[in-house]
Amino acid sequence: MIVQFELNGRLTTSDTNPGTTLLEYLRSSEIYSVKHGCDHGECGACTILINNKAHNACLILMHQVAGKKIETLESFSTHEHLHPSQKAFLDGGAAQCGYCTPGMLMSIEALNREDQSATEEDVRDTLSANLCRCTGYVKPVEAALKVLAASNDAEGLS
Amino acid sequence: MKVIGKDTRRVDGQALVRGKALFSDDVKIKDLLHVKILHSPVAHAHIQNIDTKKAEALNGVIRVYTYKDFTPHYYTTAGQGYPEPSPRDTLILDSTVRYVGDRVAFVAAETLEIAEQALDLIEVEYEELPCVFDAEKAMSAGFAIHKSDGPTGIHDAANNIAAHLDAELGDVEKALSNSSAVFEGTYTTPFVQMASIEPHISITWLDEHNRLVVRTATQVPFHVRRILAEILDIPIARIRVIKPRIGGGFGGKQEILNEELVATVTLSTGRPARIEYTREEELYAARLRHPERLSYRLGFDDNQLLTAIDVNILENCGAYGPHALTVMSVTAQKALSLYKAPHIRVIGNGVYTNLPIGGAYRGYGAPQALFPLESLMDEAANEMGIDPIDLRLKNLFEVGDDIPIAKILGEGREGYPMVLYSTEIRACLHEGRRLSNWDHLREQKQTGRYRRGIGVAVAGQGSGIPGIDMGSAFIKMNEDASFNLQIGATDLGTGSDTALAQIAAEVLNVTVDKIIVYSSDTDMTPFDTGAYASSTIYISGSAVKKAAENCKEMILEQGKKLLGVEHAEIIDTRVVAPNGKNISYEDICTKTFYTDEQMQIMGTASHLSYDSPPPFNASFIELEVDTLSGIVRVIKVVSVTDTGQVINPKMAEGQVEGAIPQALGMALTEFMPFDEKGRMLNLDFNSYHIYTARDMPELVVRFVKSNEPTGPYGAKAVAEIPINAPAPAVANAVYNAVGVRIRHLPIRPDMILDGLVS
Repeated sequence: MIVQFELNGRLTTSDTNPGTTLLEYLRSSEIYSVKHGCDHGECGACTILINNKAHNACLILMHQVAGKKIETLESFSTHEHLHPSQKAFLDGGAAQCGYCTPGMLMSIEALNREDQSATEEDVRDTLSANLCRCTGYVKPVEAALKVLAASNDAEGLS
Repeated sequence: MKVIGKDTRRVDGQALVRGKALFSDDVKIKDLLHVKILHSPVAHAHIQNIDTKKAEALNGVIRVYTYKDFTPHYYTTAGQGYPEPSPRDTLILDSTVRYVGDRVAFVAAETLEIAEQALDLIEVEYEELPCVFDAEKAMSAGFAIHKSDGPTGIHDAANNIAAHLDAELGDVEKALSNSSAVFEGTYTTPFVQMASIEPHISITWLDEHNRLVVRTATQVPFHVRRILAEILDIPIARIRVIKPRIGGGFGGKQEILNEELVATVTLSTGRPARIEYTREEELYAARLRHPERLSYRLGFDDNQLLTAIDVNILENCGAYGPHALTVMSVTAQKALSLYKAPHIRVIGNGVYTNLPIGGAYRGYGAPQALFPLESLMDEAANEMGIDPIDLRLKNLFEVGDDIPIAKILGEGREGYPMVLYSTEIRACLHEGRRLSNWDHLREQKQTGRYRRGIGVAVAGQGSGIPGIDMGSAFIKMNEDASFNLQIGATDLGTGSDTALAQIAAEVLNVTVDKIIVYSSDTDMTPFDTGAYASSTIYISGSAVKKAAENCKEMILEQGKKLLGVEHAEIIDTRVVAPNGKNISYEDICTKTFYTDEQMQIMGTASHLSYDSPPPFNASFIELEVDTLSGIVRVIKVVSVTDTGQVINPKMAEGQVEGAIPQALGMALTEFMPFDEKGRMLNLDFNSYHIYTARDMPELVVRFVKSNEPTGPYGAKAVAEIPINAPAPAVANAVYNAVGVRIRHLPIRPDMILDGLVS
């Protein structure tokens, strides 16, 4: 089955079995920020963006991404610069083992694009899609709030 | 101190936030075979017949392995030092299966899908055997789960007793009968899963020299190497174990879980092989916290001082005994090393049943010990009319006290004497009292549907296993005054690579970015027992400190030679003579590489300790009980810890912040029910509920000022201690809110409603 979509800014064509999930496809394409944790859409380790919305890649079949815009953490930073949310996680000690970190960063990005006036409650709701066993979510929530506040400030200036 | 006690970015932080290919599975390997396990659907059975022909005929299946392919060699899956204190009761594959989830066979195939299909084509006839799930009943079941011949180290195989311990100091019965008040109760703690988000994953291949490379998510790379060599009967020299970044472990990866299967496939086919557990397999076929039934008696005199502590432990090991004795020993130690009581006794049995397997989980028996102890202390305080904090303050061990249980009970053998050189547990209680608004909240009269309560509990842990845990380090200098730090210590996501780099940087007067850390590779790094028992900062950290000091000594010596002086000292990153002549680190290293006094400046050291100084924690829980539904909502947790000198405040906070929801999960939400056939029912994260961001209460995390004279820069451990006290503090807070005493975890709404009715 041939499917065309945009992956991290590049037009991409894949030839996969109809049953292949987006998670399987991305990891076999060496997009390793997308993690495997449960296969049931419960842990959020494979969170990616499809048309700016957060999705669990393990629940998406390849035919569903035809014509869509897919983003993973690989598109966030350049060789030299980190994305603001990556920097907030790094400086805030929000990544411990780091396995759930990419998924969290994608969820926060989706929230930031959708609603920059998001409150701590919204952040907690959003990050509830990303299970983490290391951090107790304290520093990830703090980092997310910093990112949202910074986006708000930038918005105010423009 | 310039680096110790300061926040620093994690040495692996940039790569982690970029989502770089850091973890075991983030690698593309040609000709990879995928391995899947056929798990037993029944709790206890002989495999009467197993037919793999159809599976092997499936296109893409390379090989199916059954017990017939192996010469029996018993081992323990526990990743412990040698000789292991756990019974050797496990075979790679056996003709008997002992729990729902036990290995029946495994398949190697070209793709994961084919491997999964092949499992369905393996035909097995089971002769079902009687099974037992209750630890008490198992001791008189009339049948043995394990044979008496073959396995070794089982205490009493005929009666299903994997491990036993028995110790008494003084005369507990007499002391209790002479006590003015005696409090007693029987408590149970549940199965809980570590639930690291990265499942167990191992990949093996043969390198260019036909050596076996094992890339695995493990906390114990050197134990993996040793155990693989033994059970696969190949030389240690032929094995290299690499631990990349790990996606959490919490003890679950202190286990040889699947490495032996993929290694078998690679050695027998010559091809790379990969196995990764599904989440379902993680829950029923990995390892769990041992459930324990604990009966305690506490005696007090007229001055509310403890006279005796009597502890009876019944540990349900599940079908095999990894960590059976040692988890129970830690339960005993932690029950008896918090409070001064002249008479102490413990009797414990670790018992085989036909349930999933207990293992190492953060706290390692201490959460089990402290739930009853700290619940009973609360009951005692309430009954005797004394504030629960004050009762603890009267009875806690103090600096200079000898903790007698430590000598009697060691890691599966006699222990070492233990004197408390540092304890700030009283400061933890005072600070927590203030931060939690304890005195005000205790006095609140509760009426109406929603009732609030506050509870407290204290806990201790250890810092490494005394006389056993050994870590080592190697540091070499480069021309730009950077240093390669090579350590066997295993960072399982805690940040230990960073903390150890900070220790090296502090000694060498450089910034952390000058320390290049490489850890946990059995070819490239020196030995370390591994990341467990809260040992890394205290044991491996001391090795790093010594190695860095050796390296620094060599810098000074070389500097003096290059300056042509007899006396000099190191100031910042220069060697300075009294006459003002000086030379930089960079020049010293460059000259000694290329022109003068040529050598590699390097330091090595090992460290073992006969002390294991306990870190301490006081946890205060404020919660609300809905008396209509019985639902408990935790509002605020104040967790105050004595970890000695904090190495990295943010990372230490992170340890506490992460431990609290694990503890609250054990107290309130993580539930593993089984059906009458021994099948676990909650097999995904929807039904096995670990805390989410939305569930989190307010956390107040503090460290008190403390210094442990035997620790590197005064440090003790921090990884396990904060998980111990929250569960009893929850139970105590529930009692404070609604007057219902719950003795069984997790605390479910129906238990509270039952309590309110009666």
